[in-house]
Amino acid sequence: MTALFEVKNLTIDIPVPSGMLHAVRGISFEAMRGETLCIVGESGCGKSLTSLAMMDLLPTTAIRNAEKMTFQGQDMRSFSEHQMSDIRGSQMGMIFQEPMTSLNPSYSIGDQLTEMLIRHKNASRAEARERAIYLLEKVGITAAASRLNQYPHQLSGGLRQRVMIAMMLMCDPALIIADEPTTALDVTIQAQILLLLAELQKEFDMGLILITHDLGVVARVADRVAVMYAGEIVEAGTAEEIFNRPTHPYTQGLLDCIPIPGKTARGAKLGAIPGIVPSLVGVIEGCSFRERCKYASDACAKPGIELVPVSGIVEEHVTHDYRCVLSADQCVENLAGNA
Amino acid sequence: MTVNTSKLPDPATILEPSPTQLLTRRAFGHTGLMIGGGILLIMLIMALFAPILAPFDPYDQDLAQRLIPPVWHDKGSWGHPLGTDNLGRDYITRIIYGARISLLIGFSAMLISGVLGTALGVAAGYFGGRVDMVITFLITTRLAMPVILVALAVVALLGSSLQIVIWVLGLLIWDRFAVVMRSATQQIRTMDYVTSARALGCSTLRIILSEILPNVANALIVVATLEVAHAVLLEAALSFLGLGVQPPEPSWGLMISEGKSHMFFKPWVIAIPGTAIFLLVLAINLLGDGIRDVTAPENRN
Amino acid sequence: MTTPNVLEIRDIYQTYQISKGLFQPKKPLHAVNGVSLKVARGEVLGLVGESGCGKSTLAKILLGLLKPTQGEVLIDDKPVADLDRLDIARMVQPIFQDPYSSLNPRKSVGSIISLPLRVQNAPNPETWQKRVEETMDLVGLPKRVYNNYPSQMSGGQRQRVAIARALINRPQVVICDEPTSALDVSVQSQILNLLVDLRQELGLTYVIISHNLAVVEHIATRVAVMYLGRMVEVADTDDLFEARQHPYSQALLNSVLTPDPSLGISDSHLGATYPNPIDPPSGCTFHPRCAKKMAHCDSEAPTPIDTGSGVVECHLYKD
Repeated sequence: MTALFEVKNLTIDIPVPSGMLHAVRGISFEAMRGETLCIVGESGCGKSLTSLAMMDLLPTTAIRNAEKMTFQGQDMRSFSEHQMSDIRGSQMGMIFQEPMTSLNPSYSIGDQLTEMLIRHKNASRAEARERAIYLLEKVGITAAASRLNQYPHQLSGGLRQRVMIAMMLMCDPALIIADEPTTALDVTIQAQILLLLAELQKEFDMGLILITHDLGVVARVADRVAVMYAGEIVEAGTAEEIFNRPTHPYTQGLLDCIPIPGKTARGAKLGAIPGIVPSLVGVIEGCSFRERCKYASDACAKPGIELVPVSGIVEEHVTHDYRCVLSADQCVENLAGNA
Repeated sequence: MTVNTSKLPDPATILEPSPTQLLTRRAFGHTGLMIGGGILLIMLIMALFAPILAPFDPYDQDLAQRLIPPVWHDKGSWGHPLGTDNLGRDYITRIIYGARISLLIGFSAMLISGVLGTALGVAAGYFGGRVDMVITFLITTRLAMPVILVALAVVALLGSSLQIVIWVLGLLIWDRFAVVMRSATQQIRTMDYVTSARALGCSTLRIILSEILPNVANALIVVATLEVAHAVLLEAALSFLGLGVQPPEPSWGLMISEGKSHMFFKPWVIAIPGTAIFLLVLAINLLGDGIRDVTAPENRN
Repeated sequence: MTTPNVLEIRDIYQTYQISKGLFQPKKPLHAVNGVSLKVARGEVLGLVGESGCGKSTLAKILLGLLKPTQGEVLIDDKPVADLDRLDIARMVQPIFQDPYSSLNPRKSVGSIISLPLRVQNAPNPETWQKRVEETMDLVGLPKRVYNNYPSQMSGGQRQRVAIARALINRPQVVICDEPTSALDVSVQSQILNLLVDLRQELGLTYVIISHNLAVVEHIATRVAVMYLGRMVEVADTDDLFEARQHPYSQALLNSVLTPDPSLGISDSHLGATYPNPIDPPSGCTFHPRCAKKMAHCDSEAPTPIDTGSGVVECHLYKD
């Protein structure tokens, strides 16, 4: 199976007054049709910039470089702005965190839904309207026909996010990039939106790249996971592997930080990752997590720590890579010793 | 276990610079702000040290020396670097003394309107509801009045003196203060630190003085500078119309008015005070824009 | 004399008049619609519900920032209406969600934390700095940040400043409105640990408002579930998480996503829309979204039923 989207060694540099900010430092990943890839990380890890880079929507000062960047087999680096804007919306759909800011308040839902189809696919107004109603019903909006005449402010946050999803589906995209799509929503609505996204993705056989900081969301929807820290992927693999056998100390730390009903004792000390994310300005060598890592040693400061496969995986389709000087067994042992 | 930290500086020791440091750094890097501030500083020095700087007495008339052209003109001389007016008074002296009047009126009118407008704007923004309704009504009423016409009417009625001009202008141009302060306060009022101050039991006055005002100060300073410029221009206009500062006071607007009959043959008579007004207003506006850029870089495009 | 209930509210209503247009009559919005609650000393009460359920309004009422339209709030058995705002401030303090908006950007850390002392006109001003430093130590802030400004600090440190400000006068009750939801996961756990420690050390009572049910489960001893201005279920945390009774609590708790890849996402069957609080559904206000709706649910409003450890408001449990 060929990848729907593939990027190799993506870097994003942003010039700042004090030097060059290396926001994303050589990350590679691929998205397949019918598969959900979750990019997870805390604020400042570069996950949102990565999603913007995929859509070519980075701020103008940012410098994007990649060894390879293909979408449906085509080299994206050679696309003109015009080609890119054709692809955005028609073949690549994006959902943002705050649905209110992504919908234009002065146009009706119907106008915004149909505009894309009319513009990208030369559909007639009636056809576009019909598809809009079909998709609004698909995303669970009742009385869809009458909703077309409503304006964004008349809808609740959950409904707006549903409209966003319907809008993104209008042109039948091959890939969806969702950047924190449920963070602004209530838990009850969050579950529904995620469920909806997962169902639609299977139904339309789309690729889904979900960017989030919420490990609970990741565990429930991801097929594959990439954990980012300080602009790098520190651990990547299939969801079961990452959650059942977290290997990188950062991933282990993150999982230890969240209380799990039924597992964590009430009021018990939660794990913590001391310190703060290092500055990414200037030259960065060695493991960027070593400042906060309890297993750090002199070896961690040496450059060239690569993402390597965890040994002992024999099953097909199961992947698990990590970026640490310790052996995978040692990492897992560390975790067991902690518990 | 030792960790090699030579490459990565200890995050705890890198502190972002404090707001004051950032501000000074940005201020000195802003060209417009530096130019505007420079010109304004020169004008201020002119106004403060007028008796020392000016070569003549601003009221001394010498009809034998009337309408001498400035020094760059063929017939000019260094005796009167900017020439003399139609009564033979030294022009550079009157320009220097004129800065006093312009700045005095500009700043006083700004202070009066600033206090009034800020009080009304903050009250409207903070209390909302009926208070807001009444004050918004006052603002609209004020906006419906043409400033120059009202000023003309009042000055015509009460006679004109420096004080009257200051008060009339001060009581007429508070609207922008009120509008800007109202919306700025509305924004700050919803911040959690204001709620927190209320939960701590702070009095309303204390909240307004120590939580709201420091955070709307940027906007306030910008409006204040623009209103100084506004008042300077209005004063010049009123003086030109003969209803502002009265002769023989050396007001720039009045100087233009007095020179207007010579405009076609001796254009410098009005060009010089005109340039002075232009420079002052430009400097104040540059300063205001600069302060806005420096204090709120996120608002800049 | 100490009483078991440090905070008590009796039949609170908070009603707003919403104008729907210039010439239309105003309509009432019952943000809080008849809520009674007792918070015992030393307990951690979690308050959960979707946005718009009235939990933030209730928090404001508990802080004395909002005078309820009807009903009574008692702090330490004293009616709030009889108390001075400084008295309330000494006993109840808030911690807010967003540490970027809860600290005045123009004030230094020392000045922010000492504000309560200045407002209360605390005795011996010469000891204030020492008290501030002690409190900073208590919440894990290094002394060297005393003269720093909030913009120079990380989100976690800011939240510690906000906690220090709330605790410097040693209040009895701390109302935490989403105390960790604006923070990163690794910082969130540090703040939660701190809240747990401080409670033990200072004998605090918390009211924790959160939409993150995992956090509530971790820290709360009792949980109150709110829906459309009503308290639909109040129960001990264990009871609620193991044997929740109200269908809404069930749906809400089923929506918690634990990091377990073997579980998928279950449909909460709550439907897409939260009802409009200006025009609430008849009978039990939850009936349009309820999976266990019965015939009389849309006509008859349920009344609170005592379950022993708490209260539930649902026709299913009426004898």
